[in-house]
Amino acid sequence: MAETLLFNALREAIDEEMGRDDTVFVLGEDVGVYGGSYKVTKDLYNKYGELRVLDTPIAENSFTGMAVGAAMTGLRPIIEGMNMGFLLLAFNQIANNAGMLRYTSGGNYKIPMVIRGPGGVGRQLGAEHSQRLEAYFQAVPGLKIVACSTPYNAKGLLKAAIRDDNPVLFFEHVLLYNLKEDLPNHEYVVPLDKAEIVRPGKDVTILTYSRMRHHVTQAVKGLEKKGLDPEVIDLISLKPLDFDTIGASIKKTHRVIIVEECMKTGGIGAEIIASINDRYFDELDAPVVRLSSQDIPTPYNGKLETLTIVQPKQIEAAVENMVALKV
Amino acid sequence: MVQERTLPQFHAPAAQIAPEEGLRLYEDMILGRFFEDKCAEMYYRGKMFGFVHLYNGQEAVSSGVIKSLRSDDYVCSTYRDHVHALSAGVPAKNVMAELFGKETGCSKGRGGSMHLFSSEHNMLGGFAFIGEGIPVALGAAFQSRYRRDALGDSSADQVTACFFGDGTTNNGQFFECLNMAALWKLPILFVVENNKWAIGMAHERATSQPEIYKKAAVFGMPGVEVDGMDVMAVREVAQQAVARARAGEGPTLIEALTYRFRGHSLADPDELRSKAEKEAWLARDPIKRFEGYLLEQNLADEGTLKEVRDRIQTRIDDALTFAEESPEPSPDDLYKYIFADE
Ligand SMILES: Cc1ncc(C[n+]2csc(CCOP(=O)(O)OP(=O)(O)O)c2C)c(N)n1
Ligand SMILES: [Mg+2]
Repeated sequence: MAETLLFNALREAIDEEMGRDDTVFVLGEDVGVYGGSYKVTKDLYNKYGELRVLDTPIAENSFTGMAVGAAMTGLRPIIEGMNMGFLLLAFNQIANNAGMLRYTSGGNYKIPMVIRGPGGVGRQLGAEHSQRLEAYFQAVPGLKIVACSTPYNAKGLLKAAIRDDNPVLFFEHVLLYNLKEDLPNHEYVVPLDKAEIVRPGKDVTILTYSRMRHHVTQAVKGLEKKGLDPEVIDLISLKPLDFDTIGASIKKTHRVIIVEECMKTGGIGAEIIASINDRYFDELDAPVVRLSSQDIPTPYNGKLETLTIVQPKQIEAAVENMVALKV
Repeated sequence: MVQERTLPQFHAPAAQIAPEEGLRLYEDMILGRFFEDKCAEMYYRGKMFGFVHLYNGQEAVSSGVIKSLRSDDYVCSTYRDHVHALSAGVPAKNVMAELFGKETGCSKGRGGSMHLFSSEHNMLGGFAFIGEGIPVALGAAFQSRYRRDALGDSSADQVTACFFGDGTTNNGQFFECLNMAALWKLPILFVVENNKWAIGMAHERATSQPEIYKKAAVFGMPGVEVDGMDVMAVREVAQQAVARARAGEGPTLIEALTYRFRGHSLADPDELRSKAEKEAWLARDPIKRFEGYLLEQNLADEGTLKEVRDRIQTRIDDALTFAEESPEPSPDDLYKYIFADE
């Protein structure tokens, strides 16, 4: 076991996969000589050279399209979005070409590529650098969307994403890069399509992902003291959703609270609620509750920023309310 | 008189081309022309749907460039992609079947006219959004260089030819990719088919510097203009650009001055282009011109050319029968091809 910071766990994943498969390469802004703005590609430029750790000009749409072309012709690109928000400029290449081209081409081409980088609401970075983009992308056919949340799953999931033959949007969170965890010394891969049961329980199912997992974990400490026993599930895969795990939990608890950092309107939670209604309506003892961040551009002011995203106290209150209304 | 840009002069001595090569180019141009004529007929008869953009008039560009490539080189196109696909070797029957939305189409009936793909022929696609194919082509070119220089595969000298229109050169992806291609010396040909119009937007109304080939210079790459109605001239500049790319000397921007003989798409009433302009360009029909050249230089006689035309007509007729008789995709396969490995 080795204590590893999350950004280093990601770095190890990339390094191991580049060592294992020489068609894997990294491209993006400042990924090479500079080592990545969160140091996820530190020193890889020296190890693998300038073509395999390619510093690109600031041309998001074009270098994303270039990665699509490289993937179509047999390479396995990993794009680092310096900030995932910048990939708004690459929306066309991500949606039309990465996402849809396999289908549109009738299976002529596959597009094994990973688009990864920091997202989420951070330390007063202001609206543009504090985006919650996962919901923008969830409707695009052909994309897989994954959010990591711990050093362990960050490493194992990124390795799986690199090996996957489909385009994977891989969300990291700016505030989680310095999380520490003991990682196994042996190689491991974490499947992309499995949700993680963070804490088994019986009273209520809490579905969450990315940084909100940690807010939920904090809330659970308070809830435990009050004798409550929630089940916490980290979704991991935001698309497709792991309804095996979600469904099994609902059949046990019959109550669901979704805790997400993305916006409420058209969010990941909105999609989950609709799907739960489709699949498990009869299992529910209460309407699904969703705690999302506010439908506003993330404000700069610290207090307003805090108010924008869901806090542990709100999660605690929501769980208590739901359980108190027990039928 | 229509004010036209002065066309670059090109004099091809007879020695430059072997008779078989001349016939190969001729056949390819005829294939493109006859195929498109058949599409127009089928569209108006309600057999084909969606937006269908025909290539009539521009054949010298596709044939001149793509026939200068090897079969393992890459071709990337736009929504006006039928003829690029044909030149790249995608069989006419599979292109026709695609336009009919059939399972035997080159994109399994999922793509349609603007989305022709064939991995077997390194046809990277028809791309329906302006400019979006350019980065993809750049990626294929990067892949060649990566294999050669990062993986040490000396046989990885494939070149990518990327086609797009004059209107597309006002899009950022054009400039961004010129920059990266030159920066990394990628083996790519940017082939602008300047047909003077972007739907109803006249080229000189859309751009501050209408001479597109000049835009290469600021990226430090060669830019050449060529008479896009002269297949011999196109072939000459393409061969030079391919040789440079293959030798690792980087990209070339080729501006082919050409004209489309039909509306923007089959849905376009084509009311803006003047009669005089159309007539002036129709008089320069690249196929008639090349026929004249082949005859003048004694590279072929009338009989041989007619044989080619007859053979191609049969191929088109067969393609049509094939398309009509092919099955549609099964409704059970609605979700097939969303993800790889399913
Ligand atoms: C992103 C995008 N914007 C607009 C269109 C609609 N559109 C299709 S073709 C075209 C004109 C393109 O002209 P040009 O690049 O000169 O190519 P040509 O059609 O003349 O071959 C436009 C505006 C599109 N397909 N994609
Ligand atoms: Mg045009």
